[in-house]
Amino acid sequence: MAGQFLQRLMSLSLTLLAATIVIFVVLNIVPGDPATFMMGLNADPQALAQLRQELGLDLPAWQRYLEWLGGLATGDLGTSYTYRVPVVELIGERLSVSLPLTLMATALSLLVALPAGIVAAARRGKLTDAAIVGATQLGVAVPNFWFALILVFVFATTLHWFSAGGFPGWDEGVGPALQALVLPAIALALPQAAILTRVTRSALIETLGEDFIRTARAKGLSESQTLRRHAMRNALIPVLTILGLQFTFLLAGGIIVENVFYLPGLGRLVLQAITQRDLIVVQGVVIVLVAAAIAVTFLVEIAYMLADPRIRTGRT
Amino acid sequence: MSLLNVQALSLTIGATQVLKSVSFDVAPGEILGIVGESGSGKSMTLLSTMRLTPRGAHASGAIRLDGEDLLAKSEGEMCTIRGQRIGMIFQEPMTALNPVQTIGHQVAEMFTLHRGLSAREAVQTAAQHLAQIGLTPDRVPIDRYPHQLSGGQRQRVVIAMATALSPKLVLADEPTTALDVTTQAGILDLLKALAQRNGAGLIFVTHDLAVVASLADRIAIMKQGEIVEEGPAPAIFRTMQHPYSKALRAAATLSPHTRVPKNANVTPILEAVDVGVSYQSSSWKQFGRASHTRAVDGISFKLVPGEVVGIVGESGSGKSTLARALLGIGPVTHGSVQIGGDDFATARGTKLRAIRQRIQVVFQDPYGSLNPRLRVEALIAEPLHLLDRRPSAKERRQRVETILARVGLTASDADKFPHEFSGGQRQRIAIARALILEPKIVVLDEAVSALDVSVRAQIIDLLRDLSERLGIAYLFITHDLSVVRALADRVLVMHNGRVVEEGPVAQVLAKPQHAYTQQLVAASPDLETALAERERTGVSA
Repeated sequence: MAGQFLQRLMSLSLTLLAATIVIFVVLNIVPGDPATFMMGLNADPQALAQLRQELGLDLPAWQRYLEWLGGLATGDLGTSYTYRVPVVELIGERLSVSLPLTLMATALSLLVALPAGIVAAARRGKLTDAAIVGATQLGVAVPNFWFALILVFVFATTLHWFSAGGFPGWDEGVGPALQALVLPAIALALPQAAILTRVTRSALIETLGEDFIRTARAKGLSESQTLRRHAMRNALIPVLTILGLQFTFLLAGGIIVENVFYLPGLGRLVLQAITQRDLIVVQGVVIVLVAAAIAVTFLVEIAYMLADPRIRTGRT
Repeated sequence: MSLLNVQALSLTIGATQVLKSVSFDVAPGEILGIVGESGSGKSMTLLSTMRLTPRGAHASGAIRLDGEDLLAKSEGEMCTIRGQRIGMIFQEPMTALNPVQTIGHQVAEMFTLHRGLSAREAVQTAAQHLAQIGLTPDRVPIDRYPHQLSGGQRQRVVIAMATALSPKLVLADEPTTALDVTTQAGILDLLKALAQRNGAGLIFVTHDLAVVASLADRIAIMKQGEIVEEGPAPAIFRTMQHPYSKALRAAATLSPHTRVPKNANVTPILEAVDVGVSYQSSSWKQFGRASHTRAVDGISFKLVPGEVVGIVGESGSGKSTLARALLGIGPVTHGSVQIGGDDFATARGTKLRAIRQRIQVVFQDPYGSLNPRLRVEALIAEPLHLLDRRPSAKERRQRVETILARVGLTASDADKFPHEFSGGQRQRIAIARALILEPKIVVLDEAVSALDVSVRAQIIDLLRDLSERLGIAYLFITHDLSVVRALADRVLVMHNGRVVEEGPVAQVLAKPQHAYTQQLVAASPDLETALAERERTGVSA
């Protein structure tokens, strides 16, 4: 298993390296001159030339790439053109909102989806199952910005349990910061929970049709014991896969909900950077997201190995 | 009092009546063999006894275990009966075991569940029990997972679970069907010994008369949800009355193949010279240390027009890899395969299509090998794209109808979908598809293994007839010696990727020379041999 582990780590590192090339090519070479982009079409040629020099754009592409890569290795993502602060700081600040938010949303979604999926599978074809499946349909269909507005209306403006938006920062204490993230996390979690419920339910139902479930019943296990002891772990693989995809998506994909709640998250940062043509920030955020996606993939693969011995030994 | 008394058991699933008033008894220490074809209700009889019938099933009648009616028990009561008083063994040991739990854990569960042992005690007890079943810790440690075991070892684990608590009744549903013959013999011996040791009743369900002939004290023959005949073995084989039983018996003893041997001096249609197939296991995984696995090693033989050559061997012996290599759909890493003087390896374009026309294939599973969304006409006509001149729609239809008639189906069958046919009919469709290009060679890869015995006999007759009339040569790949005896002129015995023995079928099977062939022949269940053996030792009832 240790060999397999190292091997995956190596291939994921190569993926990350390949991603840096793609990102660099897309943002620096293909669309033409970032300086022109930044200063607009009617920019003074002299100012443009100066900016290009300042940004290091007069150097050949491979040299710029190597410099950027060297920076990456030492944790230097350059300086934002618009904010005039190191990109690493900017991203770190935003991640301190987005990462807890994503973790909360994922935890919430798991908390709802696993029990709901299990109950639906255990009662498949019955009324409870139909109700749960119906609810997931609704959960997938409801746009989350609309759901976010409903949450604000009910829990913030009417009941005053939570604030309607904004983020006090972690310096004000953990309590208020977490409280500010509750409603957005719920809004983000809803569609994810609905999808995860469905995946859990169908993976379990498929597993319950397997021969070894019949064997378990023949051993004298009750239906619920069979589900707990024999079906659950076998149904985990698809659930883990979706969970991994959802986590990566939520990290920057919560942008609409971030906007509804005025949260200074990663999604808003990248949107602003794009509109202000702050390409170095875009580049930094994208590489951080790619790294996060790769890290999550790696964790999910380790979870696969723990869940299924056939993957561990590399045989099917 | 009998151990198990089944009285007028009927079972309906939805609107279908699956069992019709089935009655039988099993005494302590008795082995009852239930024989029938797929869909005859054998497995459902066992599942009814376990009360594990599918959702929507309704049973009536009585199933009495030691006088207690199981149909009247609550689900909670059944949970204490299953595993403790009735153990069950299933057909496919790979899927019957939980893939993510160790075998020790799965057997130990019997003791934690019913005996209340602690996890540690249970694992120790399980290890002892597995050792008794023939899985000693030095050879098969209990922390192995099912996929790390061979088929026979897996089935021993399933048997260990079923017999862990010495149940009074053991139900075995086709327990050896998925296993190789030599493995099958071991499992049969084990089951017999276990039944004798514990004085337990054993119900052995199978489609293979030869298997129960050597094992069972009584035999019940089922057809369409009914027991049509029942009696003590082996006497029942002499007194069989019901036409279905007679047909089943006739089908189980395929008549040997008798025809004039083909002249070996004719130019061969297929010539394999020193064919080898080796796989390189991923070098990346082992950081550069590539290792080669030789699936097929140094095989040479010739096939003359109209000849039938059987290739026998157990799973993993390289039969199917060889078949794929001969068909040009798998790699040939060593040696060469010439078909009608041409080699797949060097042919391209028109030449390649010409070779493909000469050799066609029929696979084992008539359910999996036909695309369910295509009509029979499209399925059968598929190989026609190999022709240089595509036939017109009318011509195509005509060819399909001719070939359908040839394999015993009707012209109107061309408009149907595969699911509208039985297994035997589907295999006829697969044969028609192989024949439509009028090939010189047809490779039959376990082509009758998935079929019921009576259907199998019909398909073998059809194949014989087609070979006689059209002069097609067959390469018949199978694990079943009786099929080879019925159909082939010559046989190649494969073991670990090599041919260990070859020669005329009658000679090889009567006087096997190689140790492996001897083992294979001895282990193959054969109805007549089994009956003769029982008459001789006087174990008759």
